[in-house]
Amino acid sequence: MAVVFEKPHALTNVPTHYCPGCTHGIVHRLVAQVLDELGVEGRTVGVAPVGCAVFAYNYFNCDMIQSPHGRAPAVATGVKRALPESVVFTYQGDGDLAAIGTAETVHAAARGENITIIFINNAIYGMTGGQMAPTSLPGQVTQTSPYGRDVKTQGHPIRVCEMLSSLDGVALAQRCSVDTVKNVNATKQAIKKAFQYQIEGKGCTIVEVLSTCPTNWGLEPNEALDWLRENMMPYYPLGVYKDAAEEENNG
Amino acid sequence: MPKLTINESLCKGCELCVKACPKGILELNKAVINAKGYHTLHITDQEKCIGCAMCAIMCPDSVIKVER
Amino acid sequence: MGEKILMKGNEALAEAAILAGCRHFFGYPITPQTELAAYMAKRMPKLGGTFLQAESEVAAINMVLGAASAGVRTMTSSSSPGVSLKSEGVSYLAGSDLPCLIINVQRGGPGLGGIQPSQADYWQATKALGHGDFQIFVFAPSTVQEMVDLVNQAFDLADEYRMPAMILADGMLGQMMEPVEIPEVSELKLKDKPWATNGHKNSREHNIINSLYMQPEDLEQTIRDRFARYDDAKAKHQVFESYLTEDADIVVVAYGASSRISRSAVEQARELGIKAGLFRPITLWPFPNDELYKLAGSAKKFLAVEMSMGQMVDDVRLAVNGRKPVEFFGRTGGVIPTPAEVLEQIKKLAGGDR
Repeated sequence: MAVVFEKPHALTNVPTHYCPGCTHGIVHRLVAQVLDELGVEGRTVGVAPVGCAVFAYNYFNCDMIQSPHGRAPAVATGVKRALPESVVFTYQGDGDLAAIGTAETVHAAARGENITIIFINNAIYGMTGGQMAPTSLPGQVTQTSPYGRDVKTQGHPIRVCEMLSSLDGVALAQRCSVDTVKNVNATKQAIKKAFQYQIEGKGCTIVEVLSTCPTNWGLEPNEALDWLRENMMPYYPLGVYKDAAEEENNG
Repeated sequence: MPKLTINESLCKGCELCVKACPKGILELNKAVINAKGYHTLHITDQEKCIGCAMCAIMCPDSVIKVER
Repeated sequence: MGEKILMKGNEALAEAAILAGCRHFFGYPITPQTELAAYMAKRMPKLGGTFLQAESEVAAINMVLGAASAGVRTMTSSSSPGVSLKSEGVSYLAGSDLPCLIINVQRGGPGLGGIQPSQADYWQATKALGHGDFQIFVFAPSTVQEMVDLVNQAFDLADEYRMPAMILADGMLGQMMEPVEIPEVSELKLKDKPWATNGHKNSREHNIINSLYMQPEDLEQTIRDRFARYDDAKAKHQVFESYLTEDADIVVVAYGASSRISRSAVEQARELGIKAGLFRPITLWPFPNDELYKLAGSAKKFLAVEMSMGQMVDDVRLAVNGRKPVEFFGRTGGVIPTPAEVLEQIKKLAGGDR
C-alpha cells in the first residue's frame, strides 16, 4: 500500500491550538508540504506574526522567529539579507499584515524583497476575540463594528493583492481560498510557485488565502466555508494579480 | 482497498472531512469523546472508500493518513 | 592603519562597526545621525554587506531583530525620536535574548524637539527603552576615539551576554571631527551562536527565537535568568574615568559631551584653588555605582552636570546613597552649557567652605 496522504515532515507533532474547523490548519499543512516537496526545510526560516498564528513557531519544523505585531516582513527582510541563501517566509493574518503591518508589507513588496508572504485573510481579528479587521466586509458585524461595518466611519476593506500588484518588486500576488478541495489544491500550487519564485530570486511573493474563523463568525465550520464563498469571494475575487513569469513571456 | 488511519487525539470534530467525502462514509462518533472533549471521526463503511484523500486535504489537523 | 586620521564622529562610529564585523546595517535618515547611514551606504556594498534604508525606524529595528536572529552582527542608528519608535523592537530583542548594536545620536526633545545635542534620553536608554523588565548595555563615549573603541566592546558584550547594546552619543559628538586612530583588526573571533535561526540544515533540532511565554512561571524564569546575566555584567563591567578625584572636595559627575565641558571647569576651579574633580561614567548601564559610593567617602559634595533637566543625577544620588549631598546643573533643549557656567556652580558649592 502506498501512502497517498500523510502529515508533512515540516509540520511538528505539536497539536495546534486553532479552533475546530479553522482553516489556518490547512494552510499550515500546505506550506509544510511545499517545504517538503522543495526539500528546503533545512534552509528555511519562518516568521510568525502576532495573532492566532503567533504559535506557528511551534508548528513548523524549520527554524522559526516570532515577530512583533505587523513587523514580520521587516524581520524576514533582516533574515534574508543576513542569509541570502535561506528560504524565508512570513505567515500573517489580516490585522498583522493589512493594519499595523501595512507599511512593512508595502515596502517589502516595493523592495522586491526575496521573501514569501503567506497572508491569511479571514476578515476578523481572531486571537483577540472577533474585532473588525482591515479586511472586514461592509456591514460585517464584529466586536468593534457591532452595528455592521459602516464604511462612512470605519472605512472600506483593503484588497491587498490588487494593491501590491502595482509594485514592480512583486513577482507574485495571488489570491486563493481553502473553501473546497479544488481550491485547497490550487492554494498549494500557488504557495509552491511563490517559494520557487523566491528561490529563483524573482522578488517578493505574496499568496493571500481567504480563510474562515468559525468561532468569531459564529458559524459551524462548514457553514463558515459557505459564508466565505457567498460573502468574501465577491469582494475578494480569486486570481493572479501579478505574476513575473507571465509578464516575462508576454512582456 | 484503501486504508485510512485516524489519529483521534488530534481530531476536533469540525466535520470538514465529513462534508468533503464524496462517498459520504465519514461521520463523528457520538459515542466517543477524545481527551479534548471532541467527538471524533469515524468511518461508517470502509469498503466504499476510494482513497481519494479529499477528507485529509480538508482536514486542518492532519488527523487522517490515507494509503492505497 | 594605526596612524591618526581626522574623522567625523558619525563616520567613525560606522567604520568602527564595520571593523567589528558588522555587515548588516538597517537605518533611517534623521538629523543629527544621518552621516552614519550615508557612510554605511557607501561602504557596505563594497564589503558585500547590507545597507538598507528602511521605511521607518520601526521597520529598521525589526530588520535588526531578523538579522540578529540569523546570528550575524547587525546594527541600527538613529536619534531620539527615532529611538522612541524602536522601543517595542528593542523590548522584543531583549526578550528574545538577541545581541545587536543601537546607536542614539541624541538631539533635543521631547517631540520633534530640536536638532542640537542633548542628553535627555538618559532615562529612556538606561531605564525604560521599552516595556517589561529588561536592560541593555549603554555606553557613553566622550571623544570620537572613544566612540571607535566602545563600538567593538559593545558588540562583544552584546554577543557575550546575548542582549542589545547602545552607544548613547549626541549631536555634538556625532558631528565633530577629531583625529582618530582606527585600530588594526587582525582577525575577528566572533562568538559561536548555536541558538541562531539560520536554518537547521537537517543537522540539529529547529531553533526558535521567541519572547512569548503563555505560562507566567515560564516567563518569570526567562526574566530571572536574564537578570542573573545582568548581575554578572554589573559585577564585571562598570566602566568609568576618574580625573583629579583623589583629593577632590567637589566631584562633578558628567558623561559624554557634558563631561568635556565639566573637565575644563574642573581645571579652572583647580587654578582658583578649589579642589574639584571629575567622575565620568563610560558605562551608563551598568552604572558605576561602586566607585561613586567609595568616592562619597572622600568627596564633600557632588555636582551632576547634564544636557537635560537632570536624569543621571538620580542614579548618582542612588549610588551616593545619602552619604553626601548631590546637586545638579543642566541646560536642555539643545543648549550646550559652557565651562564658565559649570565653574560658577562649582564655586557656589565651594563657597560654603570659604
